[in-house]
Amino acid sequence: MTFFLQLIVTGVAQGMVYALIAIGFVIILKCSEVFNIAQGHFVLIGGYLGWTFLVLLGLPIWAALLAAIATAVIMGLLIERLMLRPMVGQPVLAVIMMTIALSTVLGGVATLLWGAEYKAYHGLLPTIIMKVGTISIPSESLIGLIVSVICVAILMFLFRYTKIGLAMRATAEDLQVVQSVGIKATTVYAVSWVIASVVGVIGGILLGGVSGANMDLANIGLKAFAVVLLGGVNSVGGAILAGIILGMLENVAAGYLDPILPGGGLAQVFPFFVMIIVLVFRPHGLFGLAHIERV
Amino acid sequence: MGLRTGTFHENYAEEMATFNSRLRWGLVAALIVVLFLCPFFLSDRMLTILTTMGIAVVSVHGLNILTGYCGQISMGHSGFMAVGGYTSAILCAELGWPFWAALPCGALAAGIAGLLFGLPSLKIKGFYLIMATIAAQFIIIWIIIQLRSITGGTDGLLVPKPTICGISLTSKANYYYLVMFFVVLATITAHNIVRTRAGRAFIAIRDNEVAAEVMGVSLWSYKLQAFFIGCIYAGAAGSLLVHYVRFASIEQFPFMDSVWYLGMLIVGGMGSTAGAIFGVIALKLLDELVTVSGPILAAAVAPQAAASLALISHGLIIIIFLIFEPRGLYHRWEMIRAYFRLWPYSHETSE
Repeated sequence: MTFFLQLIVTGVAQGMVYALIAIGFVIILKCSEVFNIAQGHFVLIGGYLGWTFLVLLGLPIWAALLAAIATAVIMGLLIERLMLRPMVGQPVLAVIMMTIALSTVLGGVATLLWGAEYKAYHGLLPTIIMKVGTISIPSESLIGLIVSVICVAILMFLFRYTKIGLAMRATAEDLQVVQSVGIKATTVYAVSWVIASVVGVIGGILLGGVSGANMDLANIGLKAFAVVLLGGVNSVGGAILAGIILGMLENVAAGYLDPILPGGGLAQVFPFFVMIIVLVFRPHGLFGLAHIERV
Repeated sequence: MGLRTGTFHENYAEEMATFNSRLRWGLVAALIVVLFLCPFFLSDRMLTILTTMGIAVVSVHGLNILTGYCGQISMGHSGFMAVGGYTSAILCAELGWPFWAALPCGALAAGIAGLLFGLPSLKIKGFYLIMATIAAQFIIIWIIIQLRSITGGTDGLLVPKPTICGISLTSKANYYYLVMFFVVLATITAHNIVRTRAGRAFIAIRDNEVAAEVMGVSLWSYKLQAFFIGCIYAGAAGSLLVHYVRFASIEQFPFMDSVWYLGMLIVGGMGSTAGAIFGVIALKLLDELVTVSGPILAAAVAPQAAASLALISHGLIIIIFLIFEPRGLYHRWEMIRAYFRLWPYSHETSE
C-alpha cells in the first residue's frame, strides 16, 4: 500500500509539471489555433536560464526570476513577430512545421550557448518538506503545485477581468468578428506567445532546480501533448486535471508493469498509448469542445 | 501548366503518356544512364552519399503520397521504416530468408503497421493526426525494444550479407545499383499511382474531405489505402537501409528523421514526385555541408558549435522555405521552366 501511495504522490508531482507546461500550450492554441510543438523547448531554455542567472551571475532568487521572465517576454515577442506572423492563414502542416523548426532552432541555440551540458543548481530554490505518515511528499511536487496554482490564478484573472483577456477570449471564439470590431489580433497573438514562453520558462526553472538542466528537458514537451489531448485542447482546467491523472497513471503503470516487461521504460511511452486511446475514442478529450464540421 | 509549343495530343495514348515530348524522354533516359554510370567515376564517399539519398528518396515518395497527395500528415514515417527494416532483418538473420524475399515482406509488414496506425485518421485530422503518428513512432520503437528475444532490443541485430542471384551486394557500387533500381522503380510507381483512380481520390480528400465524401469517395477505404501505400514505401526504404549497413538498430530510426522527411517534402514541394526528389537532395546536401563545415566551425568558435549548426541550419532552412517559398523548390523549378518556355512573351505565364 505504501508503495502504491508513494507512486501516486510521485505521479502527482510529475503531473503538476506536465500541467504547467500544458497550460502554455493551451493558451497559444486557444488564441491563435497554433499547435506549438516547441513548448518543451521553452522549458529547456528556462532550465538553462535558471542556471545562468542563479549560478553564473549569482543573482538572488527574485532577481533571477524577474530576469528570466524578462528574457522569456523578449523571446516570445521575437518568435511571434519573426516566425508566426507570416504563418497566419497558412495550412495546419505549414504552421506545425514552423513550430517544429522553431524547436530545433531553440535546441541549437541552447546547444551553442550552454554546450548541451548538464548544469545543476540544487538547493538554490526554496524547498518545502512534508511528510504524511510514511509517505514523503517531494518538494518538487509541492512547489510545482504552488507555482501552477499561482500561474493559473493569474491567468484566470487575466482572462476574466482585463481588457486584453477579453480580447483573447474573443479571438479564440471568432477571428473575423474580432477584427471587425477593431481588436488587433496581432497584439493578442503576441500576448499569447509571451504568456506561453513565460510559463514554459518558469516550468523550466522549477524542473532545473530539482533535477538540473540538460537537453532532455525538451522531451517533457512531448508528454505535455498527451496531457493536452487528454484534457481537451481548449480547456485550461482540463489540462491541469489531465496532467495529474496522467502523471499518476504513468507512475502506477511503470511501477507495477516494469518488473514484468523485459526492456522496461514503460513510463517513457505510456503517454503515447494514452494519446492513441484518447484520439481513437474521444478526440476532443475529457473537457474539450467537440469539433463539428459543417459544409 | 502549359505545354511546349508544337506539342499536340491527338489521341488518348498521347494524352496519357508520362512524358509528352521526345526531348523529355531523352533527358530522363540520359539522367538514368548517368546515374548508372556514376560508380565508374565517383569516389566511395560520393557513392555513400548518393546511396543514402536514394534510400531517403524511396521513403519520401511514400510520405509524399500520404501527406502531399492525400493530406494525411504522418510524423511517424521513420517508425514505419523501422518496421520494414526490422522485419526483413529478422527474416534474413534468424530464418535465413534470401534478401530478395525479405525486402517485400518488410515492405508489407510496414504497410500493415501503417494500416493499423492509420485507423485513427478516420476520425481525426490535422494536429490530432500528427500526434497519433508521433505516438506511433514511439510505440513502434518501444515494441522493438520489448521484443528483445527476436530483435536484439537496444543492442541491435546483425544482418547477413545481402545477395541476389548469387551476386553479393556488399561492395558500395553493387549496393548503389540496387538502391538506384529501387529509386527508379519507386519514382515510376509513385508518379503513376497518383494518376490512377485512387490517386485522384487522394487529391480530392486532401483538398476537401467533406466534398470528396459527398462526391462518393470512400474516406474509409482511400485514407487507409494511402497509409498502406505510403508505409510500403517506408518499409522498402527501411529494409534497404538496414541491409546497407548490415546492422539493424533503433538509432537508425530516430524521431527527428520523421520530422526531416516532412521537412524534405516542404523544401522540395508537396504533392509532386519531382519535388520529393528535390527536397531529399537539398536537405542531404545541407547535411553534407554541415558535416564538412562543422569541424572548422568547432575549431574556430566553440566545440559545441558543430552540433548546434546542424540543428539551427535545418530549422532555419525550413523556416525560410515556409515563409518565402511555401510551395517548395519544385514550384521555383516550374517557374524557371515556364520563363524559358514562354520567353520573350513571359506575361502569358502559366498558372
